[in-house]
Amino acid sequence: MNPFSSGTRLRDMIRAIRACKTAAEERTVVRKESAAIRASAGESDSGYRHRNLAKLMFIHMLGYPTHFGQMECLKLIASPGFPDKRIGYLGLMLLLDERQEVLMLVTNSLKQDLNHSNQYIVGLALCALGNICSAEMARDLAPEVESLLQNRDPNIKKKAALCSIRIIRKVPDLAENFMSLAAALLKEKHHGVLLTGVQLCTDLCKASMDALEYLRKNCTEGLVRILKDVSNSPYAPEYDISGITDPFLHIRVLKLMRMLGHDDADSSEYMNDILAQVATKTESNKNAGNAILYECVETIMGIEATSGLRVLAINILGRFLSNRDNNIRYVALNILMKAVAVDSQAVQRHRATIVECVKDSDASIRHRALELVFLLVNDTNVKQLSKELIDYLEVSDQEFKGELSSKICSIVEKFSSEKLWYIDQMLKVLSEAGNYVKDDVWHALIVLISNSPDLQGYTVRSLYKAFQTSSEQESLVRVAIWCIGEYGDMLVNGSGLLEGEEPVTVTESDAVDVIETSLKSHASDITTQAMSLVALLKLSSRFPLVSERISELIMQQKGNLVLELQQRSIEFGSIIEKHQTIKSSLVERMPVLDESTYIGKRTGSSTATHTSNKTTKPISSGTSLNLPNGVNKVPAAPLVDLLDLSSDDAPVPSLTTTDFLHDLLGVDLTSSTSSGAALIESSDILMDLLSIGTSNNDLPSPNMSSSQSNIVPLSPLERLSSTSSLTSQVPNHDPLKEIALKSKSPTVSSPVMDLLDGLSSPIPIQDENPVFPSITAFESNALKITFSFKKQPSKPQVTVIQATFMNMSSNAYTDFIFQAAVPKFVQLQLDPASSNVLPANSTGPITQTLTVTNNQHGQKALAMRIRIAYKVNNQDKLEQGQINNFPSGL
Amino acid sequence: MIHFVLLISRQGKVRLTKWYSPYAQKERSKVIRELSGVILSRGPKLCNFVEWRGFKVVYRRYASLYFCMCIDADDNELEVLEIIHHFVEILDRYFGSVCELDLIFNFHKAYYILDEILIAGELQEPSKKTVARLIAAQDTLVETAKEEASSISNIIAQATK
Repeated sequence: MNPFSSGTRLRDMIRAIRACKTAAEERTVVRKESAAIRASAGESDSGYRHRNLAKLMFIHMLGYPTHFGQMECLKLIASPGFPDKRIGYLGLMLLLDERQEVLMLVTNSLKQDLNHSNQYIVGLALCALGNICSAEMARDLAPEVESLLQNRDPNIKKKAALCSIRIIRKVPDLAENFMSLAAALLKEKHHGVLLTGVQLCTDLCKASMDALEYLRKNCTEGLVRILKDVSNSPYAPEYDISGITDPFLHIRVLKLMRMLGHDDADSSEYMNDILAQVATKTESNKNAGNAILYECVETIMGIEATSGLRVLAINILGRFLSNRDNNIRYVALNILMKAVAVDSQAVQRHRATIVECVKDSDASIRHRALELVFLLVNDTNVKQLSKELIDYLEVSDQEFKGELSSKICSIVEKFSSEKLWYIDQMLKVLSEAGNYVKDDVWHALIVLISNSPDLQGYTVRSLYKAFQTSSEQESLVRVAIWCIGEYGDMLVNGSGLLEGEEPVTVTESDAVDVIETSLKSHASDITTQAMSLVALLKLSSRFPLVSERISELIMQQKGNLVLELQQRSIEFGSIIEKHQTIKSSLVERMPVLDESTYIGKRTGSSTATHTSNKTTKPISSGTSLNLPNGVNKVPAAPLVDLLDLSSDDAPVPSLTTTDFLHDLLGVDLTSSTSSGAALIESSDILMDLLSIGTSNNDLPSPNMSSSQSNIVPLSPLERLSSTSSLTSQVPNHDPLKEIALKSKSPTVSSPVMDLLDGLSSPIPIQDENPVFPSITAFESNALKITFSFKKQPSKPQVTVIQATFMNMSSNAYTDFIFQAAVPKFVQLQLDPASSNVLPANSTGPITQTLTVTNNQHGQKALAMRIRIAYKVNNQDKLEQGQINNFPSGL
Repeated sequence: MIHFVLLISRQGKVRLTKWYSPYAQKERSKVIRELSGVILSRGPKLCNFVEWRGFKVVYRRYASLYFCMCIDADDNELEVLEIIHHFVEILDRYFGSVCELDLIFNFHKAYYILDEILIAGELQEPSKKTVARLIAAQDTLVETAKEEASSISNIIAQATK
């Protein structure tokens, strides 16, 4: 006998595991036991198989792997005795599920056991089959189960009935075979058989229309009689639960009645009386009685009941709703949601109670109630309901705020009849729960503000006030910053004052204070900070008095660690300093955002938001759009080029941060074709801002694009719109698209300094054969490599590079070898070097010629990795580097 | 239908699990962890239902044990509370005022009882008496088989002495 298998008894193992103080200890015990079980699993001796499986089940319950016990289960099931089979089937149900292949092996044993003479063994097999059978097994064993449904023993019958349910769920095609058998079960007297029979019928109705028709025809009367019998039955101790005979049977019969009576007047007619009786006579002071009433109300709502019966049902719900028991209130809310569809008026009567439930301390009830309120809102009560909900938002739990605010937002959006009200409500929500609302909510708000020219002044002032109290609410801050940036002048001069609005005195520096706070707040994320920078840029032209301070603020971000912000700050700084003339037109107000496009996009992405058509009229007036064509392109060039600085392996600036601007603008293909003229114009201007890169396609020499666009005032609008594709209608700060543009444009990487200086130092070169400046490709304290470039105009992709190596140290280098590697799209040919000895002190340089063919010329910039090996005083030296500063256009 | 039955102790230890819908082993532990976090942290006066992944979990606390059953969203929650109580009463009758330790050391018995109450996630027998009778009959069957086995081994032992 195996030395391990004598091991411990089940009881001892459980004790040992329970005595463990740490998880590690427990693991050790379990591992030891598992090893023992595994070792004895292979043995033919079956003495301990029973006990081992019991142990395995316990180990399994603790969450440890037990797959090695699966075969043991099968062996136990196949053994003849009842005790072995009993534990074997239990193990089978616990350790395996229907998706495991091993299960197929048990089909044969199951078949034998289903035909066993011992009723308990048949019961075990039925139970196992009912709990874990797969579709294949269901098909294989359905005939056995069918015949067991006609067995004499009620205990087998009821198990077979539930087993049939599982079979039908797995293979709905088999439903027809069970129809008449199931109907026959309803004539039984045994409650277990009746109960399971009714359930089988319910599942048959779900699985097949034929079965539903058949049962409707044959069983409606029988069902009504069962319900009558059971509800009128005298005290039956065996089935009694708190004074009611067999509530389980009640509930299941009612459920089946709902299926049969649904959309069927005849059978509904037949049920009316008994339903009325159950609804009126059932005691409602205990849970069991309420469970029946609950089911009964649901059935009345589900069938073609008489109106009197419906009133009765609604009244029961009213009683439920005012019940002190939370469970009852929960189910009442649950079922009222269904009742809204049947009788909305009746549910409206309970509105006050339901709104109270939104404020309940129980999360489940709150959630239900909120869903229900959402269904109850209509045009007449929206103002009152949203006011209550917003008031509650102030005091609600933190974790509930997200759900609540999103519901309030959709209510407000769905039913807003006037923009002023909408803006007011949204501001309240944002000030209370700005950290919880989703992005699309405040995006929508901005779109709406942009479309309401007469409310912009009011809005920006309200936002300013709200910011003073709720500056920690991220999305409120964002909307406020955006609006102050756009409509800062209205904030200061108080224009567009509404009737009854309290005027506020805000100075220009107050407004800048707001932006500064959010820019420097630690709570602000990149998006908010980036928006702050844009707002500052805009304000720099709106508020000439404080422009000094604004440019200071912008320049402070020059050293920001976040690439995106640093970049913006540098860009904006150079705009403010060097381009006063065009700045004012550059920072014009955003063109009116197209609501219909935005809404279309939004509903496309989320189905949960409903937006009425009331507010979707495109407004074509809006702000002025008379930008001088072309001039505003200049700053766009550095934008494009600056981005291009990032070589392939440099970190790409986070794309998500500014993506929203794209959304905000909502300009896409459809907008330009469907909306008014103003819109097309506006998108063209946007295109202008961006499409410098694309327009450069027309220019002969790529490397002068940035400088040229400075001095030549510039290509007319028509040409741009013809060269740039429609898809490039993107707002000017979307790095994603800019990068996409970059890939099409020949304007590729030039060094940082070049670009920034390039703005003020125009070098117009226009000859046929471009000259590329030499670069210092590599420099260490011992070695300097310079590259000079030659190119044949007929073959733009081929560049001949003359590499010159200089020894900066005082020792001569011997065995000098230069190696280079290039990206896949480039071919490199390396000619032999002029020498392999490099004399000291830069006296005699080595030269070497490299011929580079860029197969993606004009699309990708050249890059190169180099390695230089040499010997100094017979010691091996190795230097490596990467060259990213090739002139653009190679 | 009932998708699964869980018995969790106040400390979050699992005492019994029964899955009527297929859940992979990993998922099972995740479900248990998730639900015990939600249910054990709920206060005593709150309702006995928790909405979870589009299902509802009905739970009821008996001393240190939480009995949880996961049902479809349109099932009758109040009835499931009765089913839980039905199960507990049968356990109580079988073990004679059941406690957590009974269920730990005789977990397989608890499973046998559950199998007489639920199959395929549906209720099988509304009568506590019938369930008790069926379990008792099967226990007797096991006892007789054991006695037979031991008497046979005795005979063998005596014969080989």
